[in-house]
Amino acid sequence: MIGAAALRRRMAVRRGTGAVFLALCFAGTCIAIAVLAVLLVTVTRDGIDRLSWGFINSFPSRHPEQAGIKAALFGTLWMMGFTALFAVPLGIGAAIYLEEFAPHNWLSRVIETNINNLAGVPSIVYGILGLAVFVRAMDLGRSVLAGSLTMALLILPIIIVASREGLRAVPPSIREAAIAVGATRWQTVRFQVLPAALPAIMTGVILALSRAIGETAPLIMIGALLFVPFTPGSPLDRFTVLPIQIFNWVSRPQPEFAENAAAGIIVLLVVLLSMNALAVFLRNWFERSRRW
Amino acid sequence: MHQDVALGRLSRVRRPGPLQARLRRGREAVVYGVLLLCALVSVFTTLAIVAALLEEIWAFFDEVSLIEFFTDTQWTPLFRDQHFGVLPLLSATLLMSLGAMLVALPLGLAAAIFLSEYAPAGLRAVVKPVLEVLAGIPTVVYGYFALQFITPEIVRPLFTEAGPFNAASASIAMGIMTLPLVSSLSEDAMRAVPQTLREGAYGLGANRFEVALRVVVPAALSGIMAAAILAASRAIGETMIVTIAAGNMPNLSWNPLEGMQAMTAYIVQVSLGDTPRGTIEYSTIFAVGMLLFLLTLLLNIAAQWLLHRFREVYE
Repeated sequence: MIGAAALRRRMAVRRGTGAVFLALCFAGTCIAIAVLAVLLVTVTRDGIDRLSWGFINSFPSRHPEQAGIKAALFGTLWMMGFTALFAVPLGIGAAIYLEEFAPHNWLSRVIETNINNLAGVPSIVYGILGLAVFVRAMDLGRSVLAGSLTMALLILPIIIVASREGLRAVPPSIREAAIAVGATRWQTVRFQVLPAALPAIMTGVILALSRAIGETAPLIMIGALLFVPFTPGSPLDRFTVLPIQIFNWVSRPQPEFAENAAAGIIVLLVVLLSMNALAVFLRNWFERSRRW
Repeated sequence: MHQDVALGRLSRVRRPGPLQARLRRGREAVVYGVLLLCALVSVFTTLAIVAALLEEIWAFFDEVSLIEFFTDTQWTPLFRDQHFGVLPLLSATLLMSLGAMLVALPLGLAAAIFLSEYAPAGLRAVVKPVLEVLAGIPTVVYGYFALQFITPEIVRPLFTEAGPFNAASASIAMGIMTLPLVSSLSEDAMRAVPQTLREGAYGLGANRFEVALRVVVPAALSGIMAAAILAASRAIGETMIVTIAAGNMPNLSWNPLEGMQAMTAYIVQVSLGDTPRGTIEYSTIFAVGMLLFLLTLLLNIAAQWLLHRFREVYE
């Protein structure tokens, strides 16, 4: 038996521990958010003065005050276009196969395990793959095409996983209804399931592409040039992208180049945050307009 | 009679002839084949990665024995006095990943517990997307942040002996980068813990803190461990942060205030230079790449296994 005073003391200790724990958890969350704020403020403070139309519309230069991101911006656009061209159909196709067609056999299990593992392969290893297969074996050189193919393989697992989640969210009753009125499996997917899952798939595609826009390491491996004073005119031209231009500026000792890097980061983050916002908007809109 | 008309119309539209039926079956088969090919691309990718690494790795291990690779304490393939001991690169990678986990695990778990057990739905709806933004920031930006903010504003004022390139800054930046991964995967695991477990604990007189720490966290432990392992694997494979902030000098040291070169940073250094193909220097990046690939693969398999076990218990 414990007395009333001891009991009250024990209750107070339990309540106190709980409050401290809640405070710690809350503090952890706040620190994470505060770091994001500090990061954004630092970059903006460092780079905002450098940001101008001239900066966006100039080629790189040895003189930091004349250098700009035109080549990198065009290179990023070219690369993203081709990356999407390769990765989106392949990714959605693979997702449809795994969700709607795949039989329960060893092959499906192998594909599935394989995709899970690919998602965890470091991006620089994809760069080694791109260097060996696309640049060397297929002889594409250090071109937009080689870069886009490498990047497409890198984001493929992300698109597949997101598309599968989108397809899985479509209720089976829709498929059963289509099959019941005589549609084939592919007709069911093509006219019922895919349109219903499309907003979710698009959200995943946008997030995957925004990942590709920020990737640097694999493109360094395939040799996306650090100094490119031109915009690419064909998929076989050499190119540079925004993160590589930023990396180039960060790795120079002069503080003026660090300022350029910060200005480049602002442009990169504006592009990425708008893509994220678009993805969130699509997701919310999708959840509101869901018909089931 | 009315019914007959209706049925007649239906059959006129819907009854496929034998040719049509065959065409339809043929098209289904073609579509199936194309979709299967799409899915197989991922398998080919894995095979291509392994083949690309293996192709050049033989040239390396023809000249350097596995024993030398794992026991020599110097890594100087680009100098005249060549040494091929991967230990300095490996220890730098492991040390910085460990540092990243020291940042990411406590903060990420705190955020996950807060979001899953304490936060009202409205607050959660705001905080979660913000953390997702943190996950979407390119690593080159974290590299800039480490070099231009964490080193001069935090690490060097606290430890004056720290250099402009040091492992500590890279670790902190990698910890911030992997924090959202830890928090969102652990939160998913905790939310998958059945509500009945919580209610049972409340029924026995536990308070919120006791339910969170003694019921939910242990129940979600394999999911949380998987999150930690995946985050460690991400940190080991991370390239830009360590390249920018930790420097490019191989350095076998446990002092986080010194500069050191991670495995990924070495691969970048070689591919930025003009090392000709076919030389032993060039083949080093494949040997290091293979070690990196195997290390991350091992961790990923462990994480998948833990997640699988977790799902078997609760889903």
